[in-house]
Amino acid sequence: MTARAQEAAAPVFYEVEDATVHAGGGTLLGFWIYLMSDALLFATLFATFGVLSSNFAGGPTPRELFDLQVVAANTGILLLSALTCGLAMISLLAGRPGAVRLWLLVTALLGIAFVGIEIHEFRSLIAEGATPQRSGYLSAFFTLVGTHGLHVTFGVLWIGVMLVQLGQRGLHPENRRRLLCLSMFWHFLDVIWIGVFTFVYLLGAL
Amino acid sequence: MSADHTVTHEATGDAAHDSNEAGHFTLRGYLIGFGVAAALTAVAFWIVMSGAIASGAIAGAVVVALAIAQIIVQTSAFLHVNTRVQGGWTLIAYVFTAVLLVIAIAGSLWIMHHLNTNMMPGMMPDSSNQGL
Repeated sequence: MTARAQEAAAPVFYEVEDATVHAGGGTLLGFWIYLMSDALLFATLFATFGVLSSNFAGGPTPRELFDLQVVAANTGILLLSALTCGLAMISLLAGRPGAVRLWLLVTALLGIAFVGIEIHEFRSLIAEGATPQRSGYLSAFFTLVGTHGLHVTFGVLWIGVMLVQLGQRGLHPENRRRLLCLSMFWHFLDVIWIGVFTFVYLLGAL
Repeated sequence: MSADHTVTHEATGDAAHDSNEAGHFTLRGYLIGFGVAAALTAVAFWIVMSGAIASGAIAGAVVVALAIAQIIVQTSAFLHVNTRVQGGWTLIAYVFTAVLLVIAIAGSLWIMHHLNTNMMPGMMPDSSNQGL
């Protein structure tokens, strides 16, 4: 009783929390902070692109370079992959590892298709002579779109790693936490892509 | 309170908490988010590809507005950013990032635009191509 009375009397200057509280939540919040800093990286690339968006140096303009139908198809693929990633998370919370792996596999395949189409676009641009060295505009274009494509590539790699881990260990708490981070990463890339297709492709074609 | 149950669930994966957490992860929520995002994307592409809006400036403003709307839709439907998750800290970080993003992008464009327009004509290598 005396011990409890002492405890009650002693002032507490910090928030008391047990060790388990931040085991997963802290990671998710920390990963969110990482994503926000990644958004700032993209902000600088978007700003650079905006400043250089009409520095063609006599080279090709976006109107001549891009096929909007291909961009629309690629946008659809990435948006669909966001849905399949969400379906994987729903399966995760329902505790169905088979469904999680299936939807992750579909997400990865859509991601590979997205990157494949982007690489094909880059290759045909370079074949036409629209290389990053051609103009300030093209340097900024390849940097911005390429950085996004790299992120998607690493997202696909991450999905591959998670598929192996799920196969070996199933839906234990660590894998659940990793999958929640992975889904945030994937959805974040889709949000960045909204900015890319709007500012690079659509406004460029106007 | 809600923050506690969220993080506890995430830490333990306790089945009892899944029913609470499931509020953020529903099939209906994802399908609605996907449908709205797809519609916003389709309208934006349609405006540009069909040339439905004659004025380029107005079409551009509409397309940017559609993009901002879709960013908000996707962050709430897919990334579950709201006042409850993590006690609202994700939302605070998100809003702070948005402010920095707007300052960086709008500030860069504004300054560089003024640098271009205030350039004395004789100092431009090829004045005929102003704005390029």
